[in-house]
Parts: sequence; C-alpha cells; structure tokens
Amino acid sequence: MSGGKLITGFAVTATSHTLGEYRARGGYQALERALLGMKPEEVTGEITASGLQGRGGAAFPVGRKWSVIRPDDGETHYLCANADEGEPGTFKDRWVLENAPHLLLEAMLIASYALGVRHSFVYIRGEFDLAYRRLAGAVEEAYGAGLFGKDIFGSGFSCDVFVVRGAGSYVCGEASALITSIEGKKGYPRNRPPRLTVRGLYQKPTVINNVETLANIPWIIAHGAQAYRTFGTTKSPGTRLVSVSGHVTRPGVYEVEHGYPVGRFIHEDCGGVLGGRALKAVIPGGISTKVLTASEIEPHRLGHFGDCEDRRVLPQSAGIPHLEPLVFEGESLQAAGSSLGSGGMIVIAEGTCMVRVLQVMLRFYHHESCGQCTPCREGMGWLHRIVDRIVSGRGRPEDVDRLYEISRANDGTTICGLGDAAGYATVGILDKFRCEFEYFIAHGRSRYDGCLECLGSS
Amino acid sequence: MKHLIPECEALKARLPQGFESTLVLPCLRRVQEERGYVADGDIDALAQYLGVPRVQIEEVLSFYTQFRRQPIGRWHLQACHNVSCSLRGAGSLLDRLRERLGIEPGQTTPDGRFTLSTVECLGSCGTAPVLVVNEVYHESMTPEKLDALLEGLE
Ligand SMILES: Cc1cc2nc3c(=O)[nH]c(=O)nc-3n(C[C@H](O)[C@H](O)[C@H](O)COP(=O)(O)O)c2cc1C
Ligand code: SF4
Ligand code: FES
Repeated sequence: MSGGKLITGFAVTATSHTLGEYRARGGYQALERALLGMKPEEVTGEITASGLQGRGGAAFPVGRKWSVIRPDDGETHYLCANADEGEPGTFKDRWVLENAPHLLLEAMLIASYALGVRHSFVYIRGEFDLAYRRLAGAVEEAYGAGLFGKDIFGSGFSCDVFVVRGAGSYVCGEASALITSIEGKKGYPRNRPPRLTVRGLYQKPTVINNVETLANIPWIIAHGAQAYRTFGTTKSPGTRLVSVSGHVTRPGVYEVEHGYPVGRFIHEDCGGVLGGRALKAVIPGGISTKVLTASEIEPHRLGHFGDCEDRRVLPQSAGIPHLEPLVFEGESLQAAGSSLGSGGMIVIAEGTCMVRVLQVMLRFYHHESCGQCTPCREGMGWLHRIVDRIVSGRGRPEDVDRLYEISRANDGTTICGLGDAAGYATVGILDKFRCEFEYFIAHGRSRYDGCLECLGSS
Repeated sequence: MKHLIPECEALKARLPQGFESTLVLPCLRRVQEERGYVADGDIDALAQYLGVPRVQIEEVLSFYTQFRRQPIGRWHLQACHNVSCSLRGAGSLLDRLRERLGIEPGQTTPDGRFTLSTVECLGSCGTAPVLVVNEVYHESMTPEKLDALLEGLE
C-alpha cells in the first residue's frame, strides 16, 4: 500500500460526493475553524508551515505564493482554482471534481478567507461532463446551505464562486492564459513580470492554484501543519494523486505518499505491466516531463544504463544494489533529470516504438501552440514534420541532430512553458532512445512492430 | 441569443461588477448548445448585449476548438488520439470508425448523422481509449463496444 490517504480516504459510492455525506465525514469543519478561530494570516501561516507545494506541475510552494497577497490592504483580490487538467496523462483533478467537489469548494472558501477574496472562480476544462455537473451541483448545494454568499457562519466573511467552462484549449491551463480566458478572450499567455499575484485577473492580484493543491488545504487546517508533515518526506510533505495510464494492469487514480518507490508502485499497486511484458519506460508526470527508462526507476535491480543500445547488451539482471530506487519525491525525480509534474504517469511496455510515441506528442504540441512566440509556433511545426517524415520512412541522417537543435532553441525563449515543455519531452526521448530513431531512419521502418497498442492487452 | 438574456443576467449575481466580458464563453456555450453552432447574428447580439467588441468574440470562436461556426452531424464522435489512448488502442478504434462511417476525421456523413473528430487528451487516460459522443464519455472502448454504440445512434 502506498501510504496515508489525505484526499481519497473515503469509500466512493453513488452519493459520496453530496453535501450531506461530505459533512458526515467532517466536511466544512475546517472552514468553520478557520473562519471562527483563525486570522487570515494564521491560515496562510499554517499552509506555509505545512510545506505544501503546487500540484499543477511546477511544485511552487503554496505559502510563498499566498504570502505575496496582503488580505487587508483594501485591494480587490481574486482566487482561481485551475481545473483545466489538460496535461496528457493526467486525470486526478477529475477524480476530485467527480468524487469530492465539496472538498474543492471548502478549500476555496478557506483560501479566499486567507487571501481576502470576495469573488472566486473555478476554471474547468470544457470537455468535462460529469465532473462539471458534479461541481455545479455542489456549488448549488453549498449556496443553499449558506456556505457561499454573505456572512458565512455569521463570521462577517462573504464569498462567491463562479464556474467558467473552458472550450478546448490546452494552453488555457497555463495560469496567465487561464486568466485571459476568464476575461472572455482568446487564451494567450502573458509575459511576466508582473506576477499574477501582483497583477492578474482584470489587473488585480490573483492566486491560481491547482485543484489537487487546494484539496489538501482543509486537511491541513483541520489537523495542523505539523500533523501534515508526518506524511511524505521532509522536502516533499504529504501525498500525491498519481493518475496512471498506458500499458499497466490497473490504471487509475492512486494517492501515494511522497517517498514511496515508483517501481514498487507500478509492479505491486498497479498490478505491473500489461500482458506480463517488461517495463520499457515511464513518463512520470504528464507528457511534458522527461521520460525515464526502467533502469532509471529500479537501478538497484536492473543496473543503471542510459539508453536502449546498452540495454540490448547488458543482461537485465546486472543490478547494482547500492543504487537507490527512484521514489515519488521532487528531489528524487529531479536527480533523475525529470519531475513529478502533474502526476500523470504513463507506463510504456517493452516493444513499444518510441519514435511513434514522440510523433503523437509533437502532433499535440503543434496543435496546441497558441502561436504567439516564433520559436514555439515554428518550432513545433518543424519538430512535428520531421518526426512525421521519419515515421513515413523518409527520415534523413541529420534529422536527429535537427530535432535536438530545434528543441533547444525553445528553451527559455518563449512566453509560457509550452514551448519549453515540448523541447524537454523531445530531448528526453532522444537522449534515451536515440538508437530507435537512427534505426528508423536507416531502415525506413520501426525497430519494433511499430504499434503503440500493447497487443495482448485486455 | 436574445431569449437567453434572462438566463445570462442571472449569472451576473455571482460575479463582481464590470465582469461582462467574462460572460463571453458561458454565453457562447449556451448559444451553441441550443443552435448546434454559433451564427453571425448570435455574434452581433452578444457583442451588443455584453458591450464587448465583435472582433473579441470572433477571436474566441476561432481560438477554442469546441466552438463551431457551422452545423455538424447529429452525433459528434470525438476520438482521443493522445499518448495514453494510443497506447490502449485509439489507432484501431479510429480505423474502425473510418471504415464504419466512410469518412475521415473532420468530415460529416452525407446523411448528416455523424461527424467524426480527433481530439487531444480528455482526462480519461485511465479508461482509455475514450470516445466522446456529443457530451458523453464512452470509456475503455473496444471495437465490439463501438459497434454496439453505433447501432444505437439514430
Ligand atoms: C502549457 C501549460 C499548461 C498547463 N496546464 C495546467 C493545467 O491544466 N492544470 C494546472 O493545474 N496547471 C497547469 N499548468 C500550470 C499552471 O501554469 C500553474 O503553474 C498552476 O496552475 C499553479 O497551481 P499550483 O501552484 O497549485 O500547482 C500549465 C502550465 C503550462 C505551461
Ligand atoms: S510558448 Fe507557445 S503556447 Fe506559450 S505563449 Fe508562446 S507560442 Fe503560445
Ligand atoms: S490520452 Fe486520451 S484521454 Fe488522456
């Protein structure tokens, strides 16, 4: 078992998302505690002390973001919950929205109180259907019970919430694009500075947090920062919602305590690789995070070698016991050159063509680039066309170097992280599976059967 | 658009003052839910009602992939073809859709029954591959489930 459950620790039933059942589990008591017993600064202080980090991808400390806002400076402040969940491989916020919408709403009320927010927003991706209906239903239930609106719990604190549905744009999950979208415009990301906590929605200081980030807040307020820190590791306190998909026996959303070994998680908790195949690679936190090979995940068992050429030569049993297995923790993934990202883990079985995997990713980035920055707009098109050409059997020997060059040209030269992310993802795959690209170019066909589907899957 | 104004007015109760522009996306969604697409007249009416420039609405309509300026088939089949769905058979599902409907993604069958689209990750990767029919997610799709599903769509 992957450790303590702070968000998912209840039985999901046909009615467990309702206000009545949420309250029966102790829901909205943290809000009451905050409103009636704590000053706004104390709430922020508790969150800072908890060490909670953002779960939207960048792992930014929540307390640090909130502390920029002075709740009583007389300014208008806004809060937006980021429920856009567009990072491919990620579906954990959907779990919260469908199964615990009141957890998000309670968190937003607590955060609004801490930040001096009168009007809060949820930006939810446009395609979500059940998640939206559950959330909208929960909002009405909460208003009906006097949890939103004026003078909540007789505390004098008033707060409204408004749900905005997106309309099909990945880049709108980026915080500044999300704001432009709530302003009713096309979702162009904005140049920073100024930071959004200085000038955000309609030019007012705005805090944007991911749904899962917010979902941790009621627990922290109810039990205290010190109790929260008993979960996870010193540097990464608490748990992560990990959404697992791809070639894995039991895909789904799992709550995993930081520090839990990734290999054990895949092989034991998730039932291992589909069809009993060997593990080839894992994209740990959404496709924008760098791919890891099986041996990077379990070097103590498999030995540590960089790319696929080595793997053919070395026996799989060449484990090096003193090497540490990869664990769910920011630092551990960083050391391996990747990140926990948005928690969207994609498992890839041995025999899968990584050229094809990259082709799917680049088609996506090309499609989603908003086109504002030249390196991203042009770069995505080039990358995509080159890989398309390789897959069609007409690759050229210089293509691999070209892919590297274009990816690197994006790094740090664009307004938002989409361009960078696409570059990282490309470099990640090239670094570790270069030989597959060279094989494809030399032979005009995949080194494997060229399928992405794990045949023999159920 | 005009008959939707009372409904849109109600939305303002939970918004700060001066947030008319925020209603662009919600109003366009409602218009499209009713008409199936957004017509020229809707844009004019919305620009006038919200007091935002017409060009802003046009930019929104062309930026977001869910908005349409043309009618489409009665059933809109949207197949995800991102990484996780591809790893679980999105390719074969799409092939089967092409074959059964005789159209390519982006096209509508001549009888106006089906429009086929490919879409990017829909947050349903754990139950891949996913096919969205109008608004509804059909998860863990198989060729057999697809055949049964198509039979039921008039
Ligand atoms: C292209 C792009 C897409 C993003 N999509 C999302 C998203 O769908 N959901 C999300 O929470 N964060 C997304 N982010 C990250 C946000 O910009 C932002 O960092 C996050 O919402 C902040 O919340 P957190 O600090 O609680 O993680 C995206 C970033 C980029 C660059
Ligand atoms: S990096 Fe790409 S997606 Fe981001 S603002 Fe620039 S062009 Fe748009
Ligand atoms: S990849 Fe298809 S739903 Fe995520």
